[in-house]
Amino acid sequence: MLQMVVCVKQVPDTAEVRIDPRTNTLVRAGVPAIINPFDAHAVEAAVRLKEKYGGRVTALSMGPLQAEEVLRRALGMGADRAILLTDRAFAGSDTLATSYILARAIEALSRETPVDLVFCGKQAIDGDTAQVGPGIATRLGFTQLTYCMAIDAVDLEQGYIQVQRKLEGKREIIRGRLPALLTVVKDLNELSYLSLPALIRAALATITTWNKDNLDLDPAQIGLKGSPTSVRRIFAPPARPGGEIIPGEPRAAAATLVARLVQMKIIADK
Amino acid sequence: MALRFEVVIVGAGPAGLAAAITLARAGVEVIIFERGEHPGSKNVMGGVLYRHPTETIVPRFYQEAPLERPVVEQRLWLLTDEAALTLGYKSMTFAGEPYNAFTVLRARFDRWLAEQAVAAGALLINETVVEDLLWEKDRVVGVRAGRAEGDVRAEVVILAEGANSLLTQKAGLKKDGINTNQLAVAVKEIIALPREKIEDRFNLEEGQGCTIELLGDATKGMMGTAFIYTNKDSLSVGVGVLLSSLVRRRLNPNDLLEHLKSHPMVRRLLTGGESKEYQGHLIPEGGYRAIPKLYGNGVLVAGDAAMLVNGIHREGSNLAMTSGLLAAKTILAAREKGDYSAANLAPYREMLAESFVLQDLQKYQRAPFFFDQNPHFFTLYPQLLSRAAREFLTVDNVPKGEKQKRIWREITAERSRIQLAGDLYHFWRVMG
Repeated sequence: MLQMVVCVKQVPDTAEVRIDPRTNTLVRAGVPAIINPFDAHAVEAAVRLKEKYGGRVTALSMGPLQAEEVLRRALGMGADRAILLTDRAFAGSDTLATSYILARAIEALSRETPVDLVFCGKQAIDGDTAQVGPGIATRLGFTQLTYCMAIDAVDLEQGYIQVQRKLEGKREIIRGRLPALLTVVKDLNELSYLSLPALIRAALATITTWNKDNLDLDPAQIGLKGSPTSVRRIFAPPARPGGEIIPGEPRAAAATLVARLVQMKIIADK
Repeated sequence: MALRFEVVIVGAGPAGLAAAITLARAGVEVIIFERGEHPGSKNVMGGVLYRHPTETIVPRFYQEAPLERPVVEQRLWLLTDEAALTLGYKSMTFAGEPYNAFTVLRARFDRWLAEQAVAAGALLINETVVEDLLWEKDRVVGVRAGRAEGDVRAEVVILAEGANSLLTQKAGLKKDGINTNQLAVAVKEIIALPREKIEDRFNLEEGQGCTIELLGDATKGMMGTAFIYTNKDSLSVGVGVLLSSLVRRRLNPNDLLEHLKSHPMVRRLLTGGESKEYQGHLIPEGGYRAIPKLYGNGVLVAGDAAMLVNGIHREGSNLAMTSGLLAAKTILAAREKGDYSAANLAPYREMLAESFVLQDLQKYQRAPFFFDQNPHFFTLYPQLLSRAAREFLTVDNVPKGEKQKRIWREITAERSRIQLAGDLYHFWRVMG
C-alpha cells in the first residue's frame, strides 16, 4: 500500500497570457486557469501506481479558493482526496516559503500514515523555476528524483523506487531509497480520458481546506515575510529581427547561403 | 448500472443554462453537458445581450455579471463601396437602470451564468460530448456521453445543443442534414483597443457602449449583416451571411471580414487595434418555417437547436433563454403528473407560441426565403439610396425639383415602376 501525495498548481493558461508592454508584467486578468500540465502527468503517474500496487493518492495544492478547480481535476483523474492550503498569510510566498508550507502539510499527512512518495511536475509553466519540488524533498529529507520519464519499479519491502531520468540526449536509470520525491516530465505517461462517473464524482466531491492554523508553521517563514526572492524586472525578450530569405533556384541559393555562412565564420571554408 | 438524473440538458449556452437554473432552483436533479472546456468557450455571438429576458432568469444580473458596456446607441449603416447612409438612435435612458442591452463576451458571460446554475444545485460536466440518445420504444430515456460508462438515464432530456443540432435530428424532430438556406455563417474578430480610444471614436461617455449594424457592401451585397460592437477595451467586428449565398458567390467568410475591415467607413474605427481572437460559428436563420418539432416523448428542444433566432433583429440569446425557461416550466408541470410523454410536453410549444418568441418569428416567416430570392434588396437598393443621397446633397446650382427628377430617372432606369411597386408591396408584407 503506497501512500502518495501529488502537489498540483493552478496556473494561467500560458497560451492566453500576454505581457503588458508598459509594466512588463503578466496580464492575468480574464485568463483561464488550468492545472499545471506537468502536474497532470504527476497525478496520472500516482494513480497508475495505485492501480498497480494499491494505496492512496492525496492531491495537495496551495493557492486561493479558485484553486479548488485543479484539485477537482485531480480527483476526476483518480486521486482519492484533495486538500487545499489556503490562507491570506500564504499570499506572496516565493518558492522557498511555498516549499516550506507544502512540506509542513506533507509532514502533517505523514503523521496520519507515513508518506512513501511525493509527486510534482518538473516545473510550473508560469514561474518556470523548478524549485518547489526539490525544495520539498530537501526539507522532508526525501530522496530527490527529478525529471522522471519512467517509473520502472517500486519495491516497498526493500524500500526503493527505480526511475528513468530524462537528461539532455540521454536517460539515466537510477534507484533511490523511499520515501522519495519525484518531479515528472510529460514523457512519463499519456493522460487517460476520464470516465463519466469519475468526472461526476470529482464535481461533487468536497475539498478539504487547511489554513495556517491547521499546520505547525513559523510565521517568519511564510508569505511575503518568508520570501527572500524579489522580482527585479520581468521583460519580454526583444522581438527577433526578421530573417532573410535567399531567393533563387535551389542550387544557386544554397551556394549563396554557404558563401555567406563562410563569410560570417559560422562554417569553415574548405 | 447507468447513472440517473431527473433531467439531462445538452449544452450550457443561454438556453440550456436558463433551463438548468430554473429547474435546479425548483429542486430538480439536473445534469448539464458542455462540450467546451467551460461554458462559453465554444459559444459565439456578435455580443449583444438583452436585459429583460436575462432578468427573468437572474434578477439584477447586471450588478455582478461580467458585462462589457450598456448599449446606449444603435446605428444602422447602409454601405456602398465608398459611402454610407446612416441611421441611428441614441438615448441616455439606456445608460442606467433598468437598461436595455449590454455588449458581452460570451466566454466570460456564459461561464458566469453557469456558475449561477451550479450554485442553484445543477451538476455541470464540461469537455463532454453527448453522442447519442437512449431510447425505450418511442421515448427518449437518457443520453450517451462520449466517455467510458457514459450512459445517463433521465426522465426527460432538453436538447440545447446549438446550431449544429445532430441530436435533434437523431430524436426524429428534424430532418437530417444541413440546409444551407437555413444556416448563416458568422465570423468575428475581437480587436483590442484602449477604452479611451473606443469612447472617442464612437462618441461615448465613459463605460457606455454602442452597436453598429452594417448592410449592403458590408456583406458584398449578400443576405446578411455585418456588425461592430464596443466592448470595454475591445471591439467585436464581424460579418454573418447565409451559407447558400457564400456558396453561390464562391466566397469565404474571412475574405468578407477583411473586406469589411478595409472599408473606408470602418477602417479608421479599427486603426491601431490588435486582433486578439478570431471566431466563427453557424447561426440558424431558417426562421419560423424551419423550426423543428419542439418536443417528443421525453425530449424538448430549445435555443439555436430549435432555430429560435430572429435574424432581422439580430436577436438570439433572448429567444434561447426564454425557450429554456419555458422548457423548464413545462417540465415542472409534467413532473407534478409524473408523466413526460409528448402529450404532457405539448404546452411547451403553446407557451412559445403565446410569447414573443414564436410571434416574432412568425411575423418574419417569409423573410428568409424572400430575401434569398430577391438579392437586389442587399445589392441594388443600397446603391440606389446612396446615389440618391449623393445627388440630393451635392450643391451645384441645380434646382431641387430637377434633382428629384434625376433621382427618379436613375431609379427607374434600374427598376421599372411596376417592379418598384412590387418590391415595396412584398417588402411591406414580409416585414410589416
